[in-house]
Amino acid sequence: FFNKKKNKKAPMKDLKMEEESSGVEKLEPGTTFPPTFSVSEIKNKQRRHQMFMKLKQEKRKQKMQLKKKRRKEREALGDKAPPKEVPKTIENQRVFDETTVDPEDEEIAFDEGTDEFSAYFNGLTNPKVLITTSDRPRGRVVKFCEQLATVIPNAHVYYRRGLALKRIIPQCIARDFTYLIVINQDRQTPNGLVLCHLPDGPTAHFKVSSVRLQKELKRRGKAPTEHSPEVILNNFSTRLGHTIGRLFAALFPQNPQFVGRQVATFHNQRDFIFFRFHRYIFKNEKKVGIQELGPRFTLKLRSLQKGTFDSKYGEFEWVLKRHEMDACRRKFQL
Amino acid sequence: MQHDDVIWDIIGNKQFCSFKVKTKSQNFCRNEYSITGVCNRSSCPLANSQYATIREEKGQCFLYMKEIERAAFPARMWEKVKLSKNYEKALEQIDENLIYWPRFLRHKCKQRFTKITQYLIRMRKLVLKRQRKLVPLSRKVESREKRKEEKALIAAQLDNAIEKELLERLKQGTYGDIYNFPVYAFDKALEQQDAESESDAEEEEEEDDEVMGGSFYKSLCLMIEKVFYSERVFPFVQDVGQREFVAEDEVEESDLSDFEDMNKLKTSSDEEEQDESSEEEEEEEVQASRSKGKSPANGSLVRKKRAYVEIEYEQETESASRRRTT
Repeated sequence: FFNKKKNKKAPMKDLKMEEESSGVEKLEPGTTFPPTFSVSEIKNKQRRHQMFMKLKQEKRKQKMQLKKKRRKEREALGDKAPPKEVPKTIENQRVFDETTVDPEDEEIAFDEGTDEFSAYFNGLTNPKVLITTSDRPRGRVVKFCEQLATVIPNAHVYYRRGLALKRIIPQCIARDFTYLIVINQDRQTPNGLVLCHLPDGPTAHFKVSSVRLQKELKRRGKAPTEHSPEVILNNFSTRLGHTIGRLFAALFPQNPQFVGRQVATFHNQRDFIFFRFHRYIFKNEKKVGIQELGPRFTLKLRSLQKGTFDSKYGEFEWVLKRHEMDACRRKFQL
Repeated sequence: MQHDDVIWDIIGNKQFCSFKVKTKSQNFCRNEYSITGVCNRSSCPLANSQYATIREEKGQCFLYMKEIERAAFPARMWEKVKLSKNYEKALEQIDENLIYWPRFLRHKCKQRFTKITQYLIRMRKLVLKRQRKLVPLSRKVESREKRKEEKALIAAQLDNAIEKELLERLKQGTYGDIYNFPVYAFDKALEQQDAESESDAEEEEEEDDEVMGGSFYKSLCLMIEKVFYSERVFPFVQDVGQREFVAEDEVEESDLSDFEDMNKLKTSSDEEEQDESSEEEEEEEVQASRSKGKSPANGSLVRKKRAYVEIEYEQETESASRRRTT
């Protein structure tokens, strides 16, 4: 009781004091000042709980009133009502990245015309992919490699046998491979992926998670056929994202065979790249059905290095630095 | 006085030796100066007052010697000689230092020295090969990332995004002639625009411009050139204007309501057909598009719609074309 009384007395006192002290400000009669005590100062737990519940109820009530009022206003205005406010999402609130690519930027167009993928995008080379693992692959990694090889056309799986990557790479270049994929494992599941563009291209190191093999998918279609799939790349907006997107695009042959109706998707959301492989069918021109074949996994970029794989002396274009980059929840790199 | 035998009697067999490790078949000696690791009368450093060992520190080998004259001075008991890095020279050094020493100790010293040099060589070779680096995972970070990934997956709405992208590509015409859908949205918008002049040629030409060609620069794939609409259109032009006379019976009241729904593109019959078709290229039956204001007394349309219930495999250049009543 004492506290409640205190609550009511305090604003009255404050009102008077205010009026005395600042003669300039004219206060409307009836303004309530916030009490100078907070619920947490009450020592008695039960009483504190009660007061807190009361406070919550008050707040809720006010919120409901506000909502009702707004709804009434909206109905009253009818057609002229202002459009509904868009709720805030992480994508909406994303910190503007200065490296976001403008589609008409000439500098970037020029860069992309002359970078390491230009040979592919100009149609000069055909992708040829070598998939391998770390030493002694076990369990799911082997199956994962095989399935990846069915999904990516012109891909070959080779057993690692403890060879050093630096020795493998010149041999691959000699045999006209354009890509080298190394899948790292941890306790029989794949957890890392090194994607190396071969002639002298960038090397990207990804963390792999949520791998679902073909057997584990529900409502799966039949095995992927030999047709080259189409590629969908979503949401690669920054400069770094562009590079990575081109990296993925160059894995697949330039001219997809629409007969096969297969599509491989790399979708970037909040720095996670989701890979899916579907078969689609157009029911009519406003509806398409997709059926998932193929493995699915998510990638997270850990580092991008210029030149082929060289972890010690390579020049790293981008490295994931957790403390700097994970500090802000609204800032993404890709 | 040093009584080796007495010492051995005590620690070797009867009582406790803190360096002794007993296993089922053998006893080992954990003493750091032991030359073989076995607990023996002749290789026990405590029970032999004249003893020699080879020990290795940071890649450098040393010969340690213990003599009975120094038994009283534990601090000076072990004499340390640095051996050369050259294998043969080191062996000569051992011989030189252990001259007149019992054969057993000389032999064992050389054996031990050989073994040590071999493992040093192997260590140096291994450093040059690939080294496996163990990276520790922080559990907190991993669980945080996992949660973020799940949320990102939900936010991504992958199926919707993929479907949207595919439909956009269809609209843009990247698939060329394979799919024979007329683009309804085009038609509707254009028909509303030119309400008066409704010649087919005009409309079809306008579609060529690909009004909705402005796409989002999301995808980076370079696909084949866009195939313009005009090539597809001509087969239908011939069929426009053909009339059919249909009996009145077939126009039923219930069908009139269907005409409002004509603008919605799905009919269940269509989907049935779709599901049972093969995976080869399949020409979709083209439905006539009507705007809402058209008179519903066009019996031919109704008939065509009825026919779709059956499963048919149709070829290209269909007679069932878009019909426009002008």
